[in-house]
Amino acid sequence: MKPSGRRLRSLLLVVGLSMFALTGCNSAKYMPVLSPQGPVARSEYYLIIWSFALMLVVVLGVFVIYFYMLVKYRARPENKDYVPPEIEGNSRWETIWTLIPVIIVIALAIPTVAVTYKLVKPPKADAATGSTATAGASSNPIVIDVISERWKWVFKYPAQGIETVNYVNIPAGQPVDFELTSDGPMNTFWVPALGGMEFNMPGHDLKLWLEADHAGTYQGRSAQYSGRGFAAMTFDVNAQSPAAFTKWVQTIKQTKPPLTKQADKQLSTPGNVGKMAFSTAEPQ
Amino acid sequence: MHFFMLDEGPLIWTSDVLIILATIGIIAVLSYFKLWKWLWDNWLTTVDHKKIGIMYLIAAILMLFRGGTDGLLLRAQLSWPNMHFLNADHYDQIFTTHGTIMILFMAMPAIIGFFNVAVPLQIGCRDVAFPYLNAISFWLFFAAAMLFNLSFVVGGSPDGGWTSYTPYVENAFDPGPGENYFLVALQITGIGTIATGVNFLVTILRMRAPGMTLMRMPMFTWSVFITSIIIVFAFPVLTVALALLLIDRDFGSHFFTVSAGGMPMQYVNLFWIWGHPEVYIVILPAFGIFSEVFSTFSRKRLFGYSAMVVSMVAIAILSFVVWVHHFFTMGAGPGVNSFFGVSTMAIAIPTGVKVFNWLFTMHKGRLEYTTAMLWAVGFIPNFLIGGLTGVMLAVPPADYQYHNSYFLVSHFHYVLIGGTVFGVFAALYYWWPKMFGVLLNERLGKWHFWLFMIGFNICFFPMYFLGFMGMTRRVYTYPAGYGWGVINLIETFGALLMGIGFLVFAFNILWSARYGERDTTGDPWDARTLEWATTSPAPTYNFARIPEIKGRDAWWLMKKNGESINGPKDIPFEPIHMPNDSGRPIIMSLFFFIAGAGFVFEWWILAIIGLAGVLVTMALRSFEYDDHHYIPVEEIEKTEAAAGRL
Repeated sequence: MKPSGRRLRSLLLVVGLSMFALTGCNSAKYMPVLSPQGPVARSEYYLIIWSFALMLVVVLGVFVIYFYMLVKYRARPENKDYVPPEIEGNSRWETIWTLIPVIIVIALAIPTVAVTYKLVKPPKADAATGSTATAGASSNPIVIDVISERWKWVFKYPAQGIETVNYVNIPAGQPVDFELTSDGPMNTFWVPALGGMEFNMPGHDLKLWLEADHAGTYQGRSAQYSGRGFAAMTFDVNAQSPAAFTKWVQTIKQTKPPLTKQADKQLSTPGNVGKMAFSTAEPQ
Repeated sequence: MHFFMLDEGPLIWTSDVLIILATIGIIAVLSYFKLWKWLWDNWLTTVDHKKIGIMYLIAAILMLFRGGTDGLLLRAQLSWPNMHFLNADHYDQIFTTHGTIMILFMAMPAIIGFFNVAVPLQIGCRDVAFPYLNAISFWLFFAAAMLFNLSFVVGGSPDGGWTSYTPYVENAFDPGPGENYFLVALQITGIGTIATGVNFLVTILRMRAPGMTLMRMPMFTWSVFITSIIIVFAFPVLTVALALLLIDRDFGSHFFTVSAGGMPMQYVNLFWIWGHPEVYIVILPAFGIFSEVFSTFSRKRLFGYSAMVVSMVAIAILSFVVWVHHFFTMGAGPGVNSFFGVSTMAIAIPTGVKVFNWLFTMHKGRLEYTTAMLWAVGFIPNFLIGGLTGVMLAVPPADYQYHNSYFLVSHFHYVLIGGTVFGVFAALYYWWPKMFGVLLNERLGKWHFWLFMIGFNICFFPMYFLGFMGMTRRVYTYPAGYGWGVINLIETFGALLMGIGFLVFAFNILWSARYGERDTTGDPWDARTLEWATTSPAPTYNFARIPEIKGRDAWWLMKKNGESINGPKDIPFEPIHMPNDSGRPIIMSLFFFIAGAGFVFEWWILAIIGLAGVLVTMALRSFEYDDHHYIPVEEIEKTEAAAGRL
């Protein structure tokens, strides 16, 4: 039996897994949360990194003490007669290790509260978030209603008067106010590359604003389990330049059929469907 | 046809066959060896806390097997993109039963089992305050566990997740008996748990041996005391939530349905007002166990005893003011989210104090790496990772990105397995000789530890990255091209290692029962607290004479001063007052089972028969006058002499 050999092996395992993790961090394709594509996701990403750094300090500190204790004070034949002292405690040390977590919690709580308040509404001017606004984009948010049906995503554009299913086009560089509700069980609306999620609840209208820095397609899904078809409840978010977005709205209006009562009924029937688009937002 | 789910395919058929074979096997063995009377007299009717504790633990290990098999099925289904091993319905049912069984029918009975095994012995008393009620608690849990497991082959399992959020679980979206099983089984076991909370609260407050002041109690007893308080405050909330939802489903009310003005979020609030304290109900006793194990195998008293107590009290209070962190994404506004975020982070402070106190318990000690100690030592890094990712989850804006993702799945498995399950294993190896008079094999124990620990990390560590990659919990399959496949495959391999570790443990139990080293001393670890002062296993009356307590680590002090547990030799023993065994608790729980089945299937005649039976058994109890006996002095002397303690 060689306890030290085993310990070394498990240490190597931990280091190996961390290396594996770090190589994955740069991959925008596979780790949307760690490669933010918009101001909301970016502020959340900075908080994630900051909290991770603080926690890493704790892990390293504790691990050093931990392995020191395990190795130094292990029972060996040489210290067979050693009688450990009966120590009651040590108020100085105990105060220190109460204060350290207090300081760490404060260091985490202050930016947490600041960002929590900051993310409620899009900032008035784009410059405040440092986003690289695409030319021609407005800083006024565009409003899109998001309704989760069983098990599909319905997007209504009140100002544009169109409706899409399982995909949503948005102008890049402009905040989007998603108004979330549900016609059925709860779901959450999550586009990891653009920012965190929010519940879709029946009878409620929750708001979530997101913004994409530049044109691109981002994966979205529901994170709140809602039944049989939940796993396939995904959608695409296509961020386009404002000009392309306006053109896209025109194309939908001209080429897609109006939303009939029959089609609307089909959407509220449980089941998964493919992508759809309609030239009106209200059933006719 | 559908009622017995014979149209559900080979998985159910195999289960049916196995259940029938197992039942026939058990009946045959009991009949062949003429064990029915023995079983009834010694176990089914017992009110002895030690035997009830053992029954809790046997049930918990069986449920660990069931929940673990569920987990392996889930991992098999997820191990590659586009798998079709399970369909969506089966997967949904299995993740629901996996979570429910692991938390309520594995973790809870396991820790309550150790309440029973250790607490009365640690505080130097002869039984819990209400032994008869204790038996009822156990049998209610058992009836509920059986009812819940029945759902797998009769009528279909619940599929709303262990949190069972409304409105999905309302009849409109989730008809059938499955969800009723969840509601009724949790309700029945919840009644038993509240009774356990009351029982141990009173036991610890009123039954301590003379001289055992609160600040002289062993740390495990302290953790049980605080846990009991949390139980008494938290479980009634669950009772209300489940009752309202069952009334919605069975009688058509609209507490949680939007269509008639109900509020689904109210269920979510009630669930987590119970649910968050619940996670501390299962972790605080594990903290108590680790405190005992660290101090015993470091051969030192616990470092910072008072700070440990204060930390646990702080954790208990904070556990009631953090529940919103389970749904930061409900749009509650920045003020509410900030408050609950910071209150959640604050839990890290008392927890951190405890971790440092454990580390410094080892400082200047002489650490013996027995299997029990290995589980305790393994707990620190794993729980640390789980706890610190918990702090990361407490940051509301960051939580918008983690919520319901695999990051979360990994976090709670790290704290629940790295904390509670490691604690249960530590306690099993530690108290096994006290329960059965036999030590578990150390070599097999170490295989169990390393296989399980390494498998656990391989299974759950990569999940943090799956969370960043956008994988959400409860998806039954996923398309190729996300990069999730290989990671999931690695995790499944880790889960298999954990399963093999569990099998080694099961083999260890069987091997040790036959060949294990007998514990003739009653104190195989040279331990510090009072349960090690009795023989292994302890006699029915625990202590022939109630010991006088002169300080913390009472048994260590007695050993140092050369005192006997039976006190000075010249004082004669006195007859010991003990409660009578009773078959009524198990019969009452049978009626609860019948009533429960009635509520599950909405067969009101069955429900009325069951409830009437419950009332009758209760009424009969109040007319029972001959409910105790005295153990005569000769019998005590004979038992003590046989143990070599006269």
